[in-house]
This record gives sequence, structure tokens and C-alpha cells, in this order.
Amino acid sequence: MITLRDITKRYHMGEFEVHALRGVSLDIHDGDFVAIMGPSGSGKSTLMNVLGCLDVPTSGSYLLDGIEVAGMSEDELATVRNRKIGFVFQSFNLLPRMSAIEQVELPLSYARTPNRRQLSMAALESVGLGQRMFHKPAELSGGQQQRVAIARALVTQPSMILADEPTGNLDTQASEEIMGLFTRLNEQGITVIFVTHEPEIAAHTRRILTIRDGLVQSDRANTPVRPEQPDDVTVRTHTHAAAPSANGAAAATPAVSGSPSHDR
Amino acid sequence: MIGESLQIALRALTANKLRTALTMLGIIIGVGAVIALLAIGQGASAAVESRFSALGTNTIYVVPGQQNTGGVRSAAGSAQTLSLDDAEALAAAQLPAVVAIAPERTFFGQIIVSGVNTNARIAGTTPAYQDVISFYPASGEFFTDQQVEEKALVAVLGQTTATNLFADSDPIGQTIRINAGGGASVNLRVIGVMQPKGGTGFTNRDDQVLVPITTALAKLQNARTATGAQQIQQIDVKARSSNDVNLAVEQVTAFMTERLRNPDAFQVRNVQDQIDAQKEASDTLTILLGAIAGISLVVGGIGIMNIMIVSVTERTREIGIRKAVGAKQKDILLQFLMEALVVSVFGGLLGIGAGIGTSYLVEGQSLNGQEIQTVIAPASIVLAFGVSAAIGLFFGIYPASRAARLNPIEALRYE
Repeated sequence: MITLRDITKRYHMGEFEVHALRGVSLDIHDGDFVAIMGPSGSGKSTLMNVLGCLDVPTSGSYLLDGIEVAGMSEDELATVRNRKIGFVFQSFNLLPRMSAIEQVELPLSYARTPNRRQLSMAALESVGLGQRMFHKPAELSGGQQQRVAIARALVTQPSMILADEPTGNLDTQASEEIMGLFTRLNEQGITVIFVTHEPEIAAHTRRILTIRDGLVQSDRANTPVRPEQPDDVTVRTHTHAAAPSANGAAAATPAVSGSPSHDR
Repeated sequence: MIGESLQIALRALTANKLRTALTMLGIIIGVGAVIALLAIGQGASAAVESRFSALGTNTIYVVPGQQNTGGVRSAAGSAQTLSLDDAEALAAAQLPAVVAIAPERTFFGQIIVSGVNTNARIAGTTPAYQDVISFYPASGEFFTDQQVEEKALVAVLGQTTATNLFADSDPIGQTIRINAGGGASVNLRVIGVMQPKGGTGFTNRDDQVLVPITTALAKLQNARTATGAQQIQQIDVKARSSNDVNLAVEQVTAFMTERLRNPDAFQVRNVQDQIDAQKEASDTLTILLGAIAGISLVVGGIGIMNIMIVSVTERTREIGIRKAVGAKQKDILLQFLMEALVVSVFGGLLGIGAGIGTSYLVEGQSLNGQEIQTVIAPASIVLAFGVSAAIGLFFGIYPASRAARLNPIEALRYE
């Protein structure tokens, strides 16, 4: 559960003061599936950074699962990122010299979690990369790299996944696969929030937020389209118990039904 | 946690092998230089000590005092105040802490053997000389008290002199001619060759010709003191034991003061003081050498810092990713510190090898005619290794904390 109240963010670029966020208030419920849209410079990336605890707001209140995050120190934020948030980036942001399994183990090692190998293997299998665990990023396609990144985001069992234009560097086919994956994850109860400027990507979500000039311009429910599912992607994360449609998102119309794994 | 950081560090370092090797080279050279130079310095100290110890640490010397002529003060031993009579009186006094006494009259002369001239030190003394400095013939025999009495024309050669004059042939029974200048010239029969002893410069007892002191004074260098007595340069005194050296110095000083009625007419020295003075000099040299090598170690450390700063900049994005997935400042700090430590510790270990190897290589090599001795002290290895690890830590802290403080968003945006 995310509660933003009057969040502002100002920063300096040279001599100019940029008001990236001018007072954003919004609620995102557990299990929500949200697209954040907006033109360049609208403040959507800043909003993502604040939501992801990578950045602290200049003023306002940010309650994440009831805990005030706005005034936390950098190390406290690191812990929050580690425990509650999984990131997926446009440029994948994998470490070039590490195999897929090691990438996925990374957040677990900072959490000092035991059984890292098994948990990471399970996460990679759940994104359909069971056969590619020991490949390095250079040996994987863009879609596969993004799936490694998703496995890395998933492995700590976060309450939400934040994705910053996750399909921006992918072709249509791979984009569809990735969106299918996000849809599955969301159906298992994980909050998924991502930034995009492609309407057809946003169409997969149940809620579309539009940001303009540092303010929420519109916040509307959406009826998600079902992405095509490739055969090898079989989401098997059982740990998120919450039923997505039951505790449904505030503005969303619960519209999904049917088996999440075989919909073709 | 440490093990994991170590793994990360090794992976990062092996990804850039050439760079890592070159960075390490700075530390290897630094540590190697510290160990090798300290080994050479300590070898020199040990050599000094062993050479002087060969002269006998319980030997003390009585030499004439300084000469004062018209306000010009010359070196100790320059006065001509010591006589053969003094040496005989000192021997006759049978001081309790003294067991043997030998006079020495030394000068340089020309030695002619079958038409070949060489210059050598000639020392007139008595048979007691053998006991005073524990120095005996290796072959043949020393001259006797009776031969001293008779001013016999005999000579005993030092080991080096014997080799120089006669090479491989047996010198015993051969005749040498000594030309001491001023027309004094005499033929002597070689009756013995001394065992090797060692010593440096003027105290090199292997390169001299020993003759009875009476022969020296009567036939070669007939020098007189102001009072007309036969002048000698030195009285060698052997103390009862090395513990009694100071007591012997006191007793000899008291006796000579009484006899000469002038405390400035002579000086009493002991070998231990000379060893200490020489050791102090060579220890200073060791410290100097170590300090110079230490500078190269610091330069190596700066190399680590330099390359770590480059590495942190290059891996800004990696740092951003790690922070995004939950790395705290101390995780990043530890990661980069570990890299610096691995370079310095591995470099240190290799440097120890290099230092020991160099020490073995230069051991026995000749430098300015002196054979280099090396002594590798375990303390110097521990020191060099500890310093290299400390340098890794010290020069790694700044780049590592710079990495740890990076803003995650800016780091992720870094191209």
C-alpha cells in the first residue's frame, strides 16, 4: 500500500531550479497494476525514483505499507529497496560479467538470505530461463536479459515491482512476452507499476496515471488487454498469497478471469 | 560477507588482468625493495660485527694520545709517546684483569721476492701477540721469545700476503727482502703462515708481515720517543674475559696514567666500542636504505589509489545497480576496499618473494671490492607485508568511500 501526499521534488540543474514534482498525491493499493504515462520532462521518472526509494522527496509524505519513507537515511532506503521493491529498467541494468543466476542472487546477498542458489533458480525458472541460468548477459537476447532482470526483481519477494520503460529496448514480440510476465505476476498479487509512453503497453494495465508538469493530470481505470503468452513462460511464484481481484485496485475495474497459465 | 566481498573483488580484478598486474607491480617492487635493501643493510651490519668479533671482543688497545702542535690537534695515536719499555712494564705489572700483552710497531714497507716488489704492512710484535688476539699460524710456526731476544731475521706471513707473494708454492723456508725506506733493508726467512682472520682496512690482519719487534726496531724502523726510548704504536692487551673488558680498561688506564704521569699521552680503546660505533653507522645505512625503499612502497600505494579511482568511475553504473537492489554504503565500501586490499596483499606476498629472490641473487656479489652479504630478518618481512596491507587500506579508503557515497540515481544514469 502506497500513500503519497503532496509530494514535491525540486533539484538544481546548474543555475536553474527544476520543480520536477509539484504536489503529487495518490494511493496505490496492493495488487494494483499501474502505468505511469506522460511526456518527457513531465516528472514521471522522478515520481518513479521517489516511489522506488531511490530518491527522497523535497517535501510531502510517502507511506509505504504504513511506514514513512520520506525522511529515511540512505542506508534505510537501501534496506527498503532490498526488501519491498523490485526494479526493472529499460536498459536491463545487468552486471556484464555475471551469469544470470549470479545477477539474481545479488539482492539476496545484500539481504544476507540463506539458500540463495535455490531461491534464484526458482526465480529464473519462473520467468522461463531455467535453461539459461549460467549464461552471461552478452549471451542472452534482449528479452531474455529483461527476464533475468525481472527474476532479480522478484527473488526477494517484494510487495511491488517498479519498471521504468521495461519494453523500451525490446521488439514487439519480446515486449509482449515481458508484458505477459508482468500480467502473471500481478495476477499473483504483486503490485506492478511501470513508466511507459507507449499506449499499447499501458493498455495491459488496469490503471493509467498521466503526469504532466509535475502533477497528476489524469488517473483512470483501464480494461487490460491480454498479452500473448509464449509457451515457455510459466510463472510459478507461489509466495504471494493475495488474490489480485479480491483486494482490487482503487480505480481499476477487475476484469481478468480464467487460467493465468494457458490462455491461448 | 567477507568471503563474498573477496569473491567480488577477485572477479573484478581478474576482469582487468593487465591493469591489476601493473598496479600490483608497484607494490611488488616496493615490498621487494624494502626486503632486499634491509637484507643488504643488515648483512653489512652482520659483516662488520663478525669482522670485528674476529679481532676478539676482549681485546683492548693502548695507543698514544693526540699530538698538539701549535694549536693543531691531530688524530689519536699521532703522538709519539708509547715505548717498548711501557709495554714491558705493563706486562710485568700483571694486572689482575689482564692475561696477555703484546706490543706492536707497524709500518709500510716494500717486500721483494725474486725480483717482484709489493707493498705491505709490516708489524713487529712478540709471541704473546698470538694469545692476545687469538691468532695462530696455519702452517710453520710463530717466532719464539728467544728469536725476539736475538733479533732473529725471520718473518711470519698473513694468509693474503702469502698468497700474493708466493701464489701456490710453499712460502716456508723462502727468503723475502723488506725495504723499509731510509736505506733500511733486510732479508728475512719465512717460518710460518698465519690462519685467515679477516678484518678491514688497517686492521686487516691477513695482509701483513709479522716480524719480531726487536728486529723491526733495530733493523727496519728505529724510531724513538721524546725520552729516547724505542717507540711503538700500540699495545694490544687481552682481558681475562669479555666481562672483564671494562675492568681491564680501568686497570690499564690507571697503570699507564701512573707510569706516564700524563693522561693525555695515551688512550685505551676496546673492540666492543669500535663494533658499536661501526654498527651504529651500518644501522643508519640500513634505515636509510629501508626509507628509500619505503618511498617506492608509498608510490605503489598511490598507484593503487589511482587505479581504484579509475575503477570506481568506470563502474559507476554497477554501483548504481548494486545500490538499487539494496546494497548499503558499507557493502560498496567493503567491496572496493577489498579490491585495494587484495591488490596490496597479493602484491605484498609476491614482493616478499621478489625481495628474498633478490637477496639471494646479490648475495656474494662484489660491490666496490666488498662482498655483499645479506641477512633477511623475519621482522623485515612482517614489516614490509604489514605496511603493504596498511597501504592498500589507506589508499583504498578514499576511492571506496567515494564509491559508497555515490547517489544511486546519478550512478544508474551514468553512461
